[in-house]
Amino acid sequence: MKAITDILGRYGGVNLLPVAVAVLAFLVIGAPSSWVTLTVAGLAMGMMIFLMASGLSLIFGLMDVMNFGHSAFVSFGAFVAASTLAALSGWLGADNIALNILALVLAMAAAIVAGLAGGWFFEAVIIKPVYKDHLRQILITMGALIVAEQIILAVWGGTPTAVPRPAFLEGAWIIGDVSIEIYRIFAFALGLSVYIALGMVLGYTRVGLLIRAGVENREMVESLGFRIDRLFIAVFMLGSGLAALGGAMWAGYQTLISPSLGAEMMIVVFIVVIVGGLGSIHGTLLAAILVGLLNNYVGYLEPKMALVSNMILMMVILLWRPNGLNPAIK
Amino acid sequence: MTQTKGTLFVKYVVLAIATALLFAPFLFQDVRALEVAARICVFIVLVASYDLLIGYTGIVSFAHTMFFGIGAYGTAIALKQLGNGWDAVLVGTLAGMALSLVLAVAIGLLSLRVKAIFFAMITLAAASVALVLASQLNQITGGEDGITYRVPSLFSPATKLMVDEAGKVVRLFDVKLNGKLAAYYFVFGTSLALFVAMLRMVGSPLGTVLKAIRENEARAEAIGYRVVAYRTFVFCISALIASLAGSIYAIWLKYTGPDTALSFAIMIDILLMVVIGGMGTMWGSVIGAVLMVLAQYYLRDLMQFAADATVNLPVLPQLLNPDRWLFWLGIIFILLVYFFPRGIAGTIMQKGIVK
Repeated sequence: MKAITDILGRYGGVNLLPVAVAVLAFLVIGAPSSWVTLTVAGLAMGMMIFLMASGLSLIFGLMDVMNFGHSAFVSFGAFVAASTLAALSGWLGADNIALNILALVLAMAAAIVAGLAGGWFFEAVIIKPVYKDHLRQILITMGALIVAEQIILAVWGGTPTAVPRPAFLEGAWIIGDVSIEIYRIFAFALGLSVYIALGMVLGYTRVGLLIRAGVENREMVESLGFRIDRLFIAVFMLGSGLAALGGAMWAGYQTLISPSLGAEMMIVVFIVVIVGGLGSIHGTLLAAILVGLLNNYVGYLEPKMALVSNMILMMVILLWRPNGLNPAIK
Repeated sequence: MTQTKGTLFVKYVVLAIATALLFAPFLFQDVRALEVAARICVFIVLVASYDLLIGYTGIVSFAHTMFFGIGAYGTAIALKQLGNGWDAVLVGTLAGMALSLVLAVAIGLLSLRVKAIFFAMITLAAASVALVLASQLNQITGGEDGITYRVPSLFSPATKLMVDEAGKVVRLFDVKLNGKLAAYYFVFGTSLALFVAMLRMVGSPLGTVLKAIRENEARAEAIGYRVVAYRTFVFCISALIASLAGSIYAIWLKYTGPDTALSFAIMIDILLMVVIGGMGTMWGSVIGAVLMVLAQYYLRDLMQFAADATVNLPVLPQLLNPDRWLFWLGIIFILLVYFFPRGIAGTIMQKGIVK
């Protein structure tokens, strides 16, 4: 048994889990073309969830603050992006790919800016007075989530909003009998580049070093003379911005969004954060991919079980590793 | 413990509320008011049982509606499948309680060891799965539409409790003594009994241990109390009471669906009631439940009036729209958590200390 564990550990340990799930699914599904489509969809979904969840994980890891209102940023990002795209629909429909890309970039930038601003407001006004008091943190961020949802309802209304997509992301590539939606490839690429960028910042810059040190031991970093509260505002804003970006991507993926989007994603985001281990970007990515793949496979095999499968995954992982797959703090 | 003037005041208010609820069918003679009174009774129990967790023990759970819903669905399904007898009520209620107990033990043992935040997240996930299951298993639960069923004939409005010589229903102070009245007093009586039982529980040594765990977990453990066991126990008790409250509400409503028994909106209502009323005081849950239910039914009328009055101003009518009442409650909720973390009852009870 130990020998097997060692060999598995050498080849990546828990990182092999998504691969194992994919192989298992291949055997169960049987049809290679549907398996490829599902895998790509799962990877894309995983990357979008990763965008939403990574900030939450870092925020908790660094400051022991749990933001139950995190999903409000996801909704805000989705709706701001949808409105921007709708306002720029002339550019989207244009036959000029530069204009297309410009509209998309503007929409994503608008979502990120909304997330950053919202994050600053949340941290400065709502969360700052209740540091280190978990009960009131949970209550206050929950209250803020209620208010945020109501604001979204008041501004965008309760009916589903259509999200226009830029023309160059429409359609699918067809290789043999496998069809792959271009938007999914785009989502995957974007998520991967954000992951790499985050890894670079955390791994190779001074700020990243401070964040990692803060996650490991906040008091020690403070006693060395660094203002970790300022760093925390920055991390909080960054996390909110990423959540908004994730929401914007999700809006484009769904093409029809309703104000309950945030609440629906919140559960998945929480599960990912718990499964991945708090404070770890790598763990969050792993868990997000796992959840994304599992959701698509189970959704194909047994549609009603999709959300339940997430729950079961969380239970199993927590029984096996109570701190998550790859916790930052051992 | 010294009684403060504030405590006495709060107790008088609660007594007044109880009296009003006792005579509700005679005091407020319209259908809607009776509906409000029954809802208040059920929610007092539900909120008080939640207060056992959040206020007395310091456990934040988002699965409380799940237990409420299990009780409601248990009774509803039994009444639908087995017909409208008392045996069906008993079977459904017991089945609901059993399932709640099993789930509570499982969740409790699995996750009450971990940090409060983990527990909150896990219960949230469990509750959402329950909601999805209820709306998807539509052969059993009726899906989004829910279940309508008939209740024991004693509670049907056509039943005559007392008849005069002409065979007509006797009227007492102009109120028909029919099954509706019996149903209301069933709700009132069971709610009162459950509330008194909880009141008794928090006054017992058990309640003191729970408070000790809330105040200082490590110290309680050091004195020799098994914190995890106590937490799991209170989580189970509170789940059972919530499940019973669900059964009572199902009998009153004669309808059970995701919106009345399981939705996340109810969880938010409970949370608001507990915090507004005051965490850690059973009296607070009475005040919170009364205020919130009244607000739910009557604040919207007020807001409609305000929205009509400000129709010419920008944005304001949008925010004053009756559908946006949660917006204002959310803001009040945040302000309360900041400035009066003890809620209405807790704040008043501190005033006027009698030496």
